[in-house]
Amino acid sequence: MHADTRPTLAVWKFASCDGCQLTLLDCEDELLGLADQVRISHFLEMSGAEDGREPATLNGIGPYDLSLVEGSVTTEEDVRRIHHIRRISRRLVTIGACATAGGVQALRNFADVEQFRATVYASPQYIATLATSTPISAHVPVDFELRGCPIDRRQLLEVITAFLAGRKPNIPDHSVCFECKRRGNTCVTVAHGTPCLGPVTHAGCGALCPTYGRGCYGCFGPVANPNLVAMVRQLRQDGMTGRDIVRIFRTFNAASPEYAPVAELATQEPPEDPHPPETPQ
Amino acid sequence: MSTTTTPAAEGAVIGKDGLATLVDLLRARGFTVVGPTVRDGAIVLAELESADQLPYGWGVELEAGHYRLREREDGAAFAHAAGPQSWKTFLHPARVRQWRAERSDGQLVIEEDDTPPPRFAFLGVRPCDLRAIAVQDRVLTGGRHRDPVYQGRRSGAFLVAVECTEPGATCFCASMGTGPAAGPGYDLALTELVDADGHRFWIRSGSPEGADILAALPTSAASEAVCETARQAVASAADRMGRTMPDTDLRRLMAGTLDAPRWDDVASRCLTCGNCTMVCPTCYCTTTEDVTDLTGDHAERWRVWDVCFDLDFSQLHGGPVRPSARSRYRQWLTHKLGTWYDQFGSSGCVGCGRCIVWCPVAIDITEEAAALHDWADRPDGEP
Repeated sequence: MHADTRPTLAVWKFASCDGCQLTLLDCEDELLGLADQVRISHFLEMSGAEDGREPATLNGIGPYDLSLVEGSVTTEEDVRRIHHIRRISRRLVTIGACATAGGVQALRNFADVEQFRATVYASPQYIATLATSTPISAHVPVDFELRGCPIDRRQLLEVITAFLAGRKPNIPDHSVCFECKRRGNTCVTVAHGTPCLGPVTHAGCGALCPTYGRGCYGCFGPVANPNLVAMVRQLRQDGMTGRDIVRIFRTFNAASPEYAPVAELATQEPPEDPHPPETPQ
Repeated sequence: MSTTTTPAAEGAVIGKDGLATLVDLLRARGFTVVGPTVRDGAIVLAELESADQLPYGWGVELEAGHYRLREREDGAAFAHAAGPQSWKTFLHPARVRQWRAERSDGQLVIEEDDTPPPRFAFLGVRPCDLRAIAVQDRVLTGGRHRDPVYQGRRSGAFLVAVECTEPGATCFCASMGTGPAAGPGYDLALTELVDADGHRFWIRSGSPEGADILAALPTSAASEAVCETARQAVASAADRMGRTMPDTDLRRLMAGTLDAPRWDDVASRCLTCGNCTMVCPTCYCTTTEDVTDLTGDHAERWRVWDVCFDLDFSQLHGGPVRPSARSRYRQWLTHKLGTWYDQFGSSGCVGCGRCIVWCPVAIDITEEAAALHDWADRPDGEP
């Protein structure tokens, strides 16, 4: 019997809905193959034990070769724990919009968290929370950030496969439009007037929504250097109000720094379009 | 196949039944017939099982950033301008596996992907797209290094051109010299006529294989009057182009306006989403993606479309060469209209208007070229 030389994998949860962790379990056809290549040591969603020892704890035993981290940092305890996890992980990959951009819960960053606490909870004195929801990278160095709400199964497998092969993951940085056009889709904005965030949204989903005739709502977060002035102007032209525009950007990746100018752009008077399109006859 | 010959002077006439026979005949001869059909609110290019799937009675309303289907009372099949795809979708596909590698017992075996391509018959190639195919022929097979994927698909392709009688508001083939009459390169050329004398097609062959197919169709002789009506319909289309490219030496214009302030102006509007390049029938750039499986014993190399609007496209040690939207848009336009001549001896633009229609924010290549032309022509001393 050889010693177990498989790299160890740990999956961690912070403030999140568990959907991205579940994506790992959704790798149904590949799951057994994956388990041949890595030792899934710590994964509370899958097992209450760690390497056969019960019960597994929130801090794990460690060390781990690869840690997948879901969720954002919203409590003092989270801050302590993410530093601990970083210390016991050789590679740390964030999975999903919460871990990468703060998630939908980062809406608190734009409001008064005390007010939320008083309104939402019957006994707010039991709730200890930070004023902000922040991505993992705001606290510790991160080796790779995988986008999406939730993440894409194929992309998760690609990141793990690349880790096993010691190569860079093939996760393109371009817009959803690239995937949409490569699939041969007809553009929902141009052909139907449907508002779509595809041009400023990071690829990875395979243009899922436009493929089914609806506009992208940006769950993979921003591309690098998005032109939000032009995008906001176009969304207005496709019938969205300023309030709707602020809301669609403040969903899964609300606190993405790239989206910071949107609130002002969407609520100010629409700037004059320097080149208004001709009205079709 | 697709050799340049003068169309037979007389030609012939077929009806809708003849068009149906043409599709059936091509399929019976083993061709995968691809043509226009209505899907997802657009006239797309897709495999046709019969001529019934052609967009009879459908036209399009085009503007910059705007495409809508419109019903037509005349029942015409080809009274529409370019749609969301071009023939490069089939000749130069978005994703192609190039090779695969297997490792077993320490041995590495690399296998080229030599899946035989389908033999395509393209029905409804507009004259601008006929030129676009010729442009890609030059790029992908006319130089020292030939692309075997393109060549394999292109060499067996049968092209049925349909001349343009109904240009769109974004069309400018007349000013690019590529239409609306069909240039060389087709196997068969059709001109659709719908009038008091009925719905019919004037048909000519442009190759021996085209002549062979034509001989098997139920035709009637083409009268002088029919030929004349068809020629008139095509000639009048030239006067109804919705757009015009500035009448100037575009290569010189591009080379002489690299510092024009217009580039900043267009960059402020451009989303750098890459849609213009992916719908362009001549843009040909690709990148490679290597994939491995979990065991590392199986690897594949894929070639996928890439475009100059992608930051990764010019990524070198230290970062992308063209980080700004200005530099990327300028790269695209100056190559398309200018340096393409230096590289391949022709314009890279054929005037199909797709980049205008499918730009979500309505950037118009003819408007940008005109603005650069105005700037180049400005009186001395103005910035």
